Parts: sequence; structure tokens; C-alpha cells
Amino acid sequence: MKTLKDLKVGQSGKVVKIHGEGALKRRIMDMGITKGVLITVRKVAPLGDPMELNLRGYELSLRKADAEMVEIEV
Amino acid sequence: MEKYIKIALAGNPNSGKTTLFNALTGSNQFVGNWPGVTVEKKEGKVKGRDNVIVTDLPGIYSLSPYTLEEVVARNYLIDERPDAILNIVDGTNLERNLYLTTQLVEIGIPVVIAINMMDMVKKYGDNIAIDGLSKKLGCPIVEISALKEDGIFLAIDKAIECAKAQKKTVRHIFSGAVEHAIAHIEESSVHHLPEDRQRWYAIKIFERDSKVLEQLKIEKEKLAHIETDIKACESELDDDAESIITNERYEYIGEILKGVYHKKHVGRLTTSDKIDKIVTNRWLALPIFAVVMFLVYFVSVTTVGTWATDWANDGLFGDGFHLLWIGDGKYNDASEEFSGASEVVDGFISWSEKGAQTEQDKALVNGVKEALDTENPEFSAEKAKKALYSYVFALAPNTSISYVVVDEETLEESTVVATVEDLKNAITVLDRYGFAEPDPASYGVWIPGIPVLIGNGLEAIGCWDWLSSLILDGVVAGVGAVLGFVPQILVLFLILAFLEACGYMARIAFVLDKIFRKFGLSGKSFIPMLIGTGCGVPGIMSSRTIENDRDRKMTIITTTFIPCGAKLPFIALIAGAIFGGAWWVAPLAYFIGMLAIVVSGIMLKKTKLFSGDVAPFVMELPAYHMPTIKNLLYSMWERGWSFIKKAGTIILLSTVIIWFLTYFGFTETGFRMLAENEIDKSILAFIGSFVSWIFAPLGFANWQSAVATITGLIAKENIVATIDVTLGVALFTKQSAMSFLIFNLLCAPCFAAMGAIKREMNNWKWTAFAIGYQTVFAYVIALIVYQFSIAFVGQINVLGFIVASILVLLLLYMIIKPDFKKIAKRLKKSK
Repeated sequence: MKTLKDLKVGQSGKVVKIHGEGALKRRIMDMGITKGVLITVRKVAPLGDPMELNLRGYELSLRKADAEMVEIEV
Repeated sequence: MEKYIKIALAGNPNSGKTTLFNALTGSNQFVGNWPGVTVEKKEGKVKGRDNVIVTDLPGIYSLSPYTLEEVVARNYLIDERPDAILNIVDGTNLERNLYLTTQLVEIGIPVVIAINMMDMVKKYGDNIAIDGLSKKLGCPIVEISALKEDGIFLAIDKAIECAKAQKKTVRHIFSGAVEHAIAHIEESSVHHLPEDRQRWYAIKIFERDSKVLEQLKIEKEKLAHIETDIKACESELDDDAESIITNERYEYIGEILKGVYHKKHVGRLTTSDKIDKIVTNRWLALPIFAVVMFLVYFVSVTTVGTWATDWANDGLFGDGFHLLWIGDGKYNDASEEFSGASEVVDGFISWSEKGAQTEQDKALVNGVKEALDTENPEFSAEKAKKALYSYVFALAPNTSISYVVVDEETLEESTVVATVEDLKNAITVLDRYGFAEPDPASYGVWIPGIPVLIGNGLEAIGCWDWLSSLILDGVVAGVGAVLGFVPQILVLFLILAFLEACGYMARIAFVLDKIFRKFGLSGKSFIPMLIGTGCGVPGIMSSRTIENDRDRKMTIITTTFIPCGAKLPFIALIAGAIFGGAWWVAPLAYFIGMLAIVVSGIMLKKTKLFSGDVAPFVMELPAYHMPTIKNLLYSMWERGWSFIKKAGTIILLSTVIIWFLTYFGFTETGFRMLAENEIDKSILAFIGSFVSWIFAPLGFANWQSAVATITGLIAKENIVATIDVTLGVALFTKQSAMSFLIFNLLCAPCFAAMGAIKREMNNWKWTAFAIGYQTVFAYVIALIVYQFSIAFVGQINVLGFIVASILVLLLLYMIIKPDFKKIAKRLKKSK
């Protein structure tokens, strides 16, 4: 299973499924990470975490631990 | 009572909501908090429209039951039922902004959409077919630019019109299976509710929204029935109900945007992207951050902020100040020269006083003292000069004396040697000033401080002593303590408003998140702590930029551990008077402060109060943009004013109480008001001796230390003055001084900071917890340090040592104790 966390800077992937449950999953989805959406990894913070993503025309930052819940296909 | 039209302003963070609110209401704003929570509530009357009130809801992305802001917003919409919702939507980010819109239209309140930043949309060459979109969404749309104030009154008028008409449209936006289940729920469970709210409740029940289920208390059988419907839906669509709804909302938005929205700038880098490439660059991010923080600190703490605070504290609420600082330097030089010369003269006189053997010598010394007394009605410079010269002639020409000078701020003592030659020079200097202290009024335009003016006024009307003391030492000092901080707070808030509005604050959180989340804090906690090195009050108040409630509370609790500016004289006192000016005391104090933050963060985040699901760090990085001066000033003033109001009352009350305790007491002549140097007879001293046993394990079980700690609550620099008045540093050994230092560094902050804590927590329980935690933590650390250090020098107290060891083990356990919830979660995940 490939997750959002595995994407390198500059790579893009399409969301297949969001794992997990509750507040975190809802929050991730509320921000527009839903099935079929295309996400590009813009950069990783200087200390290695979190990562900056581009989706639906805006920038979102997400911790790697949370990005692991987002299954994607390249 | 007149009927008001209530309009709620809703929208995503960074959508320009605050700008729109300011433009609509101007100065007719009331700022407060939503009941019981730390979320800010703003309301205002719309300019030029009769009886229309706009409520600014917190910036939110959704109406989920999970974050404080979202719950506050939805409770308001559901329970208070405003007459219309004005939904501000960022036109450059339609998809995500409309997601909230899809939820707002379900509530059953007329919605008007204001698409903001249309100028940017056009600049990018994008195209939004407003009419088409309006038809599809079923609500009127107005194009606006909140920044340029274009179209904003068109939008509010449309909202007023809709509020009066109360026309609502229902859109069935979900897939067949979901709509079917929702219809079922509506039929079975929410039919008794007003028609316009049924759909919203039904969707929430479908989502298994805990807050709604709790509120509705649906019977068990019904719930079971509903549950089968939801389950069927979930297995059909292979996802949980909540996610199905979220997914379908976004799908619906994608659907309606087809044909009405054309995006041109896909893939092209905007100016904001270019800035971000540098600002959050792998190598440059941290250096840039350091520079920005240095500038923030430099402006708000070292330069402008300090000038402003010093002026307010020493000038406006002190003796007075020179208009435009003209003559200030000259006056200071003169004042210094005069006091230097006086010291020499005083040194000689007290030396002679001690050494005077014969009656003749004594008479001579007394004569000189009398001649120098400026309070004496018969005083004249001529007489003083004569007396001094006759004194000089009586001295042996080669006399050399040494006297002790005490630094006013640090109480550090130094010995100075003076000869008769020095004395002669000193007399010349004093003569030049006419033997009277230089008057600041003769150097430029001197404006007396408020206490001086009031003091003179009270004296003129012959006010009772106790009343003028209450007014001056109690009320004016109390008000001054609050207002003295205001200029600095305003400077700081202006900078913070800029950092927030331009988009950099979000980047700070992005860059520092990794370090701070280890201690249960947010990347944005750095700013309160940095500001806290100057003053804890603005430090605590700047925690408001942290969105997450838990992070914010944790930051408020730990910020004042960092030594603030007012603690510096106290640190210098201990370093100078006890440790012989050792260089390491001050750095140690900062180190202890930082360590206290880290240790507290690690311990507290595992406690019940802060445990539970970690708030996700899912944060938008908004596009950079230049804020308007007007909005920055609004933000600055609003926060500053709320500090004055809320913190002011509590600080004023506390200082008046401490004033009473300090200046009243039982003496041989009964209960009366005391002079400044009679603090040992005060009620405070009595209380001090009553509670001093508490500090026995910390090594300073005397009333003086207890009283110093209490007066330190008014302002930490008072500790120095109190120790000076009571007995001095002789009270302490090296070990107990260190423990006293640590205790006062970490324990409850001054009343101003406590007021700020109360203001930010907006809750008495949390305020009490914060202050209680700080004090207990300070006690424990001071005890450990004291007991171990006396054991180290061989004066071990067995009981104390055992207690200290147990406390250390306890602390270590709390720090390394595994977070069971986290482990359970991880196990679950790996399964």
C-alpha cells in the first residue's frame, strides 16, 4: 500500500482511500482530501516534518504520521 | 424593544472575513468571548443600516463536532437562529470554501454568498459564472472585494433582504442511497422539530454526530432502526457514514462547478508561491525565522516596547517625564553628578559620626548635618557651604575613608575609597547645584507623572493620609501597573497582527511543529515564550494566535516560566549579593525556565486534562498578502482594549488588597497606618510569619521571604525592594538563596500576568489550575534543589533528602512514563 507519506517532493498522487477514523479522518477530509483528489507534495519542513501539500488549488500542511493514513496511487 | 435583524458572518479562515466585518461595522464593535470558551466573539452594528447586527463567527472549514470553533459556530447557528447567514467565500479557492457553504445551506437559514477576492480571480484570468453558480446553489451571490470595500454593502443589503423574506431552498445533493437514508431518518426521528431544521438534524444523525445524538436523545429502538439504514448505506458505498457525506459534498461541488468555473492559472507559480519557495526553504527557513524573531523581539521588547513601557511606568505613572525627552539627558547627567557628590559627603559624615569621641566633634558633625538638611525651614546654600568647609578644615588633610555604596536595583554592595581631596571636589559640585537636588523642571519642559499630580492635589485639599495612600499606593499604583504595560502590548499586538495577516504565522507553525509537539505545544508557542522574556503579560496574550485549544492552554500555563524583564533585578540581586556576581546565575535562570517548560509540557500532555486524541495538525498555509494598516490597527486595538478591561479589574483589586496588608498593622499604639519602613509590623508580615513554615523545606522559613514573595505578586521587581526594607540578603545561605530564586522564578506570576491568564483562559477553573500548577511545580523544584544542595555541602537533612529523592523519582516517572493511550492506538493500527 502506498501512502501520501511515501511521495517525494514534487511527486503527485491520487487519493484512493483514507484510513483511520474519528476527528482526524474527518478533519483531513474536511480540508478536501477525499477520494479521487490529486495531491502534489510541495515540500517538507526543514526539520523533516510536516509536509506541505497542494490540492484543490491551495496549500495544506500535514504531519507525516497523519499523511500515512491517506492511501494513494501514483 | 426594537427588533434587530441578526446576520451571521461565516466563512473559512483567511477568506477575508475579519476584513469584511471591520468594513461593515467600523468602530461599532463589541468584542467578547463565546460563553465559557477561549474563542473570541465579535458583534457589530452595520454602518448606515438601521438595527442590523452582524455576528462574526469563528473562521471554520466545516461544521464538524470536533473543534471548539466549529462547535461554537454551529451551536450559534442552530440555537440562536440568526435571520440570515452571510457566507464569505474566497474566490481564489472556490472548491474548499464552498464545502462549508454546502453545510450552511442545510441549516434552514437563508444564505447569501459573498465571493471575495474577485479582483485576484480576475487578475489570474479565472472566470466564475456568478448567475449559473447562484442558480445551482440556490442562494444569491454577490461579488465583493473586502479589502477594497467593493460590493460589501450590496452583499449585506442582499442578506437583509433575504432575512426579511425568509426564503430557503433545499437541495438534495447526496447520492440516492444516502438521500434515501436521510429521508427515513427525517420521517422517523426529527419530525417533531421545526420543518426548516429537520434536514440538518437528519444529516447529523446519519453522520452519527455525537453532539446531536446526545442532544436529541432518540429512543433505543428508533436508533437501532436508523442504524440498520446507515449500515446498509455504508456497506453499499464502502465507507463510514461521516466520510460518505464529506465525500459526496466535495463530489457535488465538483459537479456544480463544471461549466460555471474556469480556472486558467493551474500549475503556474503565483507571487505567493515564489515567496514561499524562499521563506520555507529547507536551508533558509530557520535562519529567516531567527531573523524575523529577532526583529519581533528587538522592536517589541528591547526598543520601542521598552521605551513605551518605561515611559508609562516611570514617567506617566512615575515621577514625571520631559516633554519629547528634551533635556532628559542633561538632567540625568546632573542628577548622577549630584548624587555621586552627595555619596562622598554622606560617607565622610557617617564616618565622622561613628568616630566622634568628644562632645565637640559630635557637635560639629551634628551642625553639618543640620546645615545640609534641605527640609529645614532655615536651610540656605550659604550656610551649608560654610558648615561643610569648617568640617573639612577640622579633618586631617591626609584622611582617607571608605564607605559602602548599595546599587539601588541589585542591592549589590561595593566599597568606595575617598580622600579629603575628593570631599573638596564633591563640595564644589554640591555648591554648583545650591546643595539641592537638581530639579527636572529646570531642564526642558517637565511634565509631572499622574501620581505626583494626584499627590499634590490630595495634599492641597488636605486629604487624610490613609485615603491619599490608598489612592496613590493602592489605586493609582494598581492602575499604573496595568496601563504601564499597554503601550508595549499595543506594539506587540501590531507586529503579531501583521505576522498573522500576512500569512507568516502559519509558516512559523509549519517550520517549528516538529520540535514543539514533543512537549505538547504548538509551533506557534515559540512567540509567546519569546515575548515572555520581555514581559509575561503580552506573552500570554500572544498565545491567542494558536488555534488549537489544548496547545493554547498548555502555552498559557508554561509561558511565565521564562524569566521576564521584571525578574531580572531579582536575579541580579541573588547573583550579586549571594553569589558574588557570578556570571552563571542569570543564564541558569533562563535555563531553568526553559527546562520547566519542557518538563511541564511532557508531563502535562500525559495527564487526563490534556490527553485524549491529539489535535491533528492539518493546517492551511494561506497565500501571502499585504494586510491593510486599518485592519492591523483594528486587531491591535481590539486585543489591547480587552486586556485593559478584563485584566485591569483583577489587577486593581489585588493591588488594593496587598496595599492594605502592607500599610496597616498592629503596633504599640494600636491598629494604624504604617510608614514605609515599618513593614515588619504590617498585617502582611503577620501573614508572612504565619505561613513561613511552608517554606521550611525550601530553606527560607522566615517572614521576610514570605512577604517578599507576596509583594512579588504585584510586580516581581518588588521582591528586591522588600528584601531591602526588611532585613536584606543576610537572610540567605547560598543554598536557600538558590531555592528562593527558583521558587520565585517559577511560582505564580504577578497579578498582571494572572489577569492575562484569566483573560485568555476565560475560565476560573483553568486559571486556578494554571496558577496552582506553577506554584506547586516551583515548590517541588525548589525543594529538590535545596535539599540536594545542603546534602552536597554536608548538612544533610535526612527527612528532607528522602522527600526530595521521592519527588525526583516521581518527576522522572512522569516524564518517562509511557503514554498508554498512544501505545494502544499504535497497537490498534498495527493490527
